Amino acid sequence: MADIASAAPRQAPAAPRFSIRGALSAAEIDFRLFGMLLALVAILVGFNVVNEGTFLRPENMTTLAVQGAGVAVLATGMVLVIVARNIDLSVGSLVGFIAMSYALLMTNWLPNILGMGDDFPFRWLIALALGVGLGAVFGAVQGFIIAYVGVPSFVVTLGGLLSIRGAVWVLSQGAAVSGLDPTFQLLGGSAQGSIGGTLTWAVAIVGSLAIIALIVYNRRQRRRFGFPVRPMWAEVTIAAVGCLAVIGLAAFANGNYWPVGAATRYAQEHGITEPPGGLKIAVGLPWPVVILIAVTVVMTFLATRRRFGRYVYAYGGNPEAAELAGINTRWTVVKIYILMGVLCAISAAIAAARLNGSTLDVGQSYELYVIAAAVVGGTSFAGGIGTIPGAVLGAFVMQALAYGLAYTGYNSPIQNIVAGIVLVLAVGFDAYNRRRGGGS
Amino acid sequence: MAVAESEPLVEMSHIRVAFGGVHAVDDVSINLHAGEVIGLVGGNGAGKSTLMKALSGAHPPNSGEIRVEGRRVTIANPRDAKLYNIECIYQTLALADNIDAPGNVFLGRELTTMWGSMDDGAMEDATRKVMGRLNPNFKRFAQAVKSLSGGQRQAVAIARAVHFNARILIMDEPTAALGPAETSQVRDLIRQLKTEGIGIFLISHDIHDVFDLSDRISVMYHGRIVDTIKKTETTADDVLGMIILGKKPEQVTQKELAELQLPGQSPAPNLAS
Ligand SMILES: Nc1ncnc2c1ncn2[C@@H]1O[C@H](COP(=O)(O)OP(=O)(O)O)[C@@H](O)[C@H]1O
Ligand SMILES: [Mg+2]
Repeated sequence: MADIASAAPRQAPAAPRFSIRGALSAAEIDFRLFGMLLALVAILVGFNVVNEGTFLRPENMTTLAVQGAGVAVLATGMVLVIVARNIDLSVGSLVGFIAMSYALLMTNWLPNILGMGDDFPFRWLIALALGVGLGAVFGAVQGFIIAYVGVPSFVVTLGGLLSIRGAVWVLSQGAAVSGLDPTFQLLGGSAQGSIGGTLTWAVAIVGSLAIIALIVYNRRQRRRFGFPVRPMWAEVTIAAVGCLAVIGLAAFANGNYWPVGAATRYAQEHGITEPPGGLKIAVGLPWPVVILIAVTVVMTFLATRRRFGRYVYAYGGNPEAAELAGINTRWTVVKIYILMGVLCAISAAIAAARLNGSTLDVGQSYELYVIAAAVVGGTSFAGGIGTIPGAVLGAFVMQALAYGLAYTGYNSPIQNIVAGIVLVLAVGFDAYNRRRGGGS
Repeated sequence: MAVAESEPLVEMSHIRVAFGGVHAVDDVSINLHAGEVIGLVGGNGAGKSTLMKALSGAHPPNSGEIRVEGRRVTIANPRDAKLYNIECIYQTLALADNIDAPGNVFLGRELTTMWGSMDDGAMEDATRKVMGRLNPNFKRFAQAVKSLSGGQRQAVAIARAVHFNARILIMDEPTAALGPAETSQVRDLIRQLKTEGIGIFLISHDIHDVFDLSDRISVMYHGRIVDTIKKTETTADDVLGMIILGKKPEQVTQKELAELQLPGQSPAPNLAS
């Protein structure tokens, strides 16, 4: 009763006057997500100013995105883990374990045990599939112990963190392993490991069409049932801003060219005479970024459009209510951890591909960055609250800070100090906002 | 009450539920007919909610037998109960606070499109229809139910039970959080559901509500049923006496009656919560 009395008058007078919050809420845009985007832009622009305009260049941003992709992929899953009132501390170790498995599969097990030599078709895909399966199994085991045996997730995954990291050493007998399948290496996002200019434009066009299709579909759906719809100006603005952002990012990514040496080699190999100033081949979107985009889309779909996602949020919001509604909450928790394991396999593929192999400490401390990304992105430990795009943005806010500080010349201890402070500030700001905004 | 002659919709016999050493429900037998409202009353901790949770699958009984339309059934969890069209509005409402009204109405039974994705449009449409019956002014279909008023939340919880064509409806203190206008809406709803042939267990602390709406009244005391009696054959005073003393009126001694009426020393149970 009390909160409706206080909430109603606050909303009513906001409508006639123009305010950013009012416009956003009319357009049904997540205020928090918008704020995060502004924060990210402010950080990037800030470092650009400090570095006299040398920071905001396509090659820097591409590097930043590739470095952040591995953590961001994991953050999309960590959101669901935390929304369902659990935690996963084992992701870093699992990434290390699966990365080492990829390296051993391609250098040793596939050729020597299964007789799949270097020229065996789709060897990289076989390795990837096995890695994904491995991740799913590890996730299922941890999830089962948490959901059905009832050991707290903090304990189970802390055990996972320790023992899986130990298993990495056992796997490789303490050695680093290198020499991956050349196709697999492309997943790491070097200049060659990018999709190139043309495909980047294609991705941008498909993305723009998808944005428009989604808006039209939603409007049709609401019309079909005679529900109130967003004002037309809002629909058009959202579509336009969305498409412009997508196309702008593609143009920006395509402003990054192959390094001179690689371009010259490519020209020689393909019998092209280099124009004066060298051959300019657009790098476009690196594969890790393409993978991250795909993961974000799929995870958002799972979280918001599928029953599974609904059950995760319902369980996080009120576990008892979810149980009483007849939801199989234990199985839901197991599925979350399976998903997290699969995401570890994807993240491990990016990490191993970038290294062209694996070392004992791949994925070390990832769990901390991933949890930080999810939390900075608005995920609440109270359960039930958090979005996947928010977590991805959170990952990039943290990555932008780290990369920007490194670019400006600060070493990693300073980066960690800043990361820690920002983490606490972000959550503090959230708590303050929630209290002020009511409806706690 | 011609219904009393027909086969009961639900028959619970010799139900026992224990929490550790506490016998929350101790050998209780009760039945319910189609189109009948049973008012279940008793002091705090008498075992009313626990008895109903045995029927709704929220907490299966330790022993005892449940029959639905004469057929012996096992209700091990809420999913089982829903199969028999048993719907329960819990005292705590059991809403997922972070999810909107349509999401809560359809929680666990989401409508899906042909691709298996949730059909939000259809769910909101159905929710608008059922809420139109319960709370015609309700407009906040896109907000998390956390931001709704007590009455609106209650309406969402009731909508969930009503939409799925409950045949057996359990309402655990459905008006405890409501103001007078909302309470009378719920009363009207109960009368309407009754005419539709739904059997209702109504737990309430409001003796007027109980007399107003019920056909029979069951009084619980310390996990047992003191008596189940037709509303027309008892009085509010007798029912209150049974709630407080745990005995049928004819078993109450003069001394007990005197104590009951001594001002300041009344052992009246806390009827507020
Ligand atoms: N989950 C539980 N765990 C332990 N004891 C419980 C639980 N639920 C109810 N009880 C006990 O069972 C008895 C009956 O409670 P309840 O059914 O809630 O009573 P009522 O609804 O009539 O107020 C009380 O003594 C209560 O403390
Ligand atoms: Mg109760």
